Parts: sequence; C-alpha cells; structure tokens
Amino acid sequence: MHDDARLVQALRNGDEAAFGTLFDQYHTSLVRTALIYVNNPAAAEEVAQETWIAVFKGIDRFEGRSSLKTWIFSILVNRAKTHAQREGRYAALNIAWDDPDDPDPTTEHFWPSGHQYADQWVSSPRKWESLPEEQHLSRELRGCIEQAIAELSPNQRLVITLRDVERLSSEEVCNVLGVSDTNQRVLLHRARARVRQALETYLSE
Amino acid sequence: MNDLTCKQLVEHMTDYLEGTLSEAERSHFESHLGLCPDCSNYMEQIVQTIRLTGMLSGQGITSQEKERLLRALRDWKHGGESRE
Repeated sequence: MHDDARLVQALRNGDEAAFGTLFDQYHTSLVRTALIYVNNPAAAEEVAQETWIAVFKGIDRFEGRSSLKTWIFSILVNRAKTHAQREGRYAALNIAWDDPDDPDPTTEHFWPSGHQYADQWVSSPRKWESLPEEQHLSRELRGCIEQAIAELSPNQRLVITLRDVERLSSEEVCNVLGVSDTNQRVLLHRARARVRQALETYLSE
Repeated sequence: MNDLTCKQLVEHMTDYLEGTLSEAERSHFESHLGLCPDCSNYMEQIVQTIRLTGMLSGQGITSQEKERLLRALRDWKHGGESRE
C-alpha cells in the first residue's frame, strides 16, 4: 500500500501522468470485467469511462482501507451493475450459491457411485507436454482461454476473471462482489474446471 | 483414517489451493497426491490453467486511447467546475 499512497496523492493533485498510469494498468481490465455485465464493447467502454470519472471525483474520499485497485474495481462493478439493470440484464447475474443447471463439471471424470471403480478416473489425465514456458501467450492459446471464459455462466466468468485474470485476492473479490468466500470458491472451482477442459481439448489436437 | 478417493480429491482441489482445508484434510490430500499420478497430473493441469489464465491481463493501452481518456477527464473537470 506504500506505493498506493504516493500514487493517491498524485491523483488528488490532479496529476495527469498519475491518471495515465492508472489507465495503462487497469483500463483494459475494467473493460474486460464490464463486458461480463453489459455484453457489448461500446457499453463496456462507457462503463469504464464512468468509472474513471468516479475515481477522479472520489479520490479525495478514498481512505486506503482497501487497495486502490480494489476500490477502482468496486466502482467498476457498481457502474456495470447499474448499466446491466437498466438493460434488464441484471437478473442473470445474481450471484447464486449453487446453480442447479450447472453441476460440478469435474464429476464427469469419474466412474459413478455403484460402479465397480466408483470415484476413480475414467481415463488418466495426461501431462501437458506441449505447453511452452513462455512469458507471453500465443494468439491461439489466448483465444482458447478467452473463448472458454466467455462461454462460462456470468457468475463463473466474473469470479475467474477477477481472481485468476485480474489477480484480486479472494477477500478482495468477496468485497467487490458482495459474496461469501464459499460462494466465490465454488464458482471459481467450476470455472477453472471448464477452462482446464478447454485447454485439454485444445492441447490434444 | 479416511483415505480420499480421486473424485474427492478433485472436488477439493480449489479448497486445497485456497488454503481452506484443515490440517488433517490437507494431510490426506497430499498423501493421496503423493501416491496417485493421475491426480498429480490433474493438479498440474489446474496449476498450469491458473498460470496461463493470469497471462490474459496486463495489456496496456495505446497512447491515443490514453489521450482520449485524459481528454474525457478534462472535459468532465471543466463541465464539473461550472456545475458546482
């Protein structure tokens, strides 16, 4: 948070370079997250811009109780929800404990109970040999993961985006989304399982 | 002592990675992992998935985009001053 303090001061002074730094760091992430709520890029861009204005307006009142990043994402989620509500989309996004239409996707890997080999692997997971240890994703790999995330239910997409893409902590995500730790963990579990599956399919071709 | 089945291990994978298992649960989890190449491979896949997913972010913006956003802020500032 020490770095935050200097940046926050510069932001309070209206320092444009400081805002430029924030844009560089977070703008793409804000648009990506907004897109989960509003589902069209122009609206997502609008939500992100509204967020920056709210950050500018509210920076004097930022108390540093959370990190600057968490605060910005909280504002973003609020703006995005407002937009989604206006469009009548918000019902789909009520974070639910358990979506009955979406059971734990990992159960399909195991023989069912009652079976001779109940709870054991139907087929052995293999080592992913062909994964490069690169620092950057290839266009194809990126596409595969983005596609897999885009196909998740909105709640799962939201949690995996905030946790694994944007690297907020579980506590930060609970604060930003207003869900319990257990909720976000269940959603994260299912989301990761599906993305893993997509990667497995992609890598085996 | 209850041994974990593979299915149970996988179901608790996220709990394990989040550090929310009890000491005893974690111990059973790790014992199973040590003896089960299938579950080991699966866990490695999940760890790789998380690593790759984390690489999606960190994209900056072009200087034009940055300028556009700064301009929007300036416009708002000037509008705001006359409003207040």
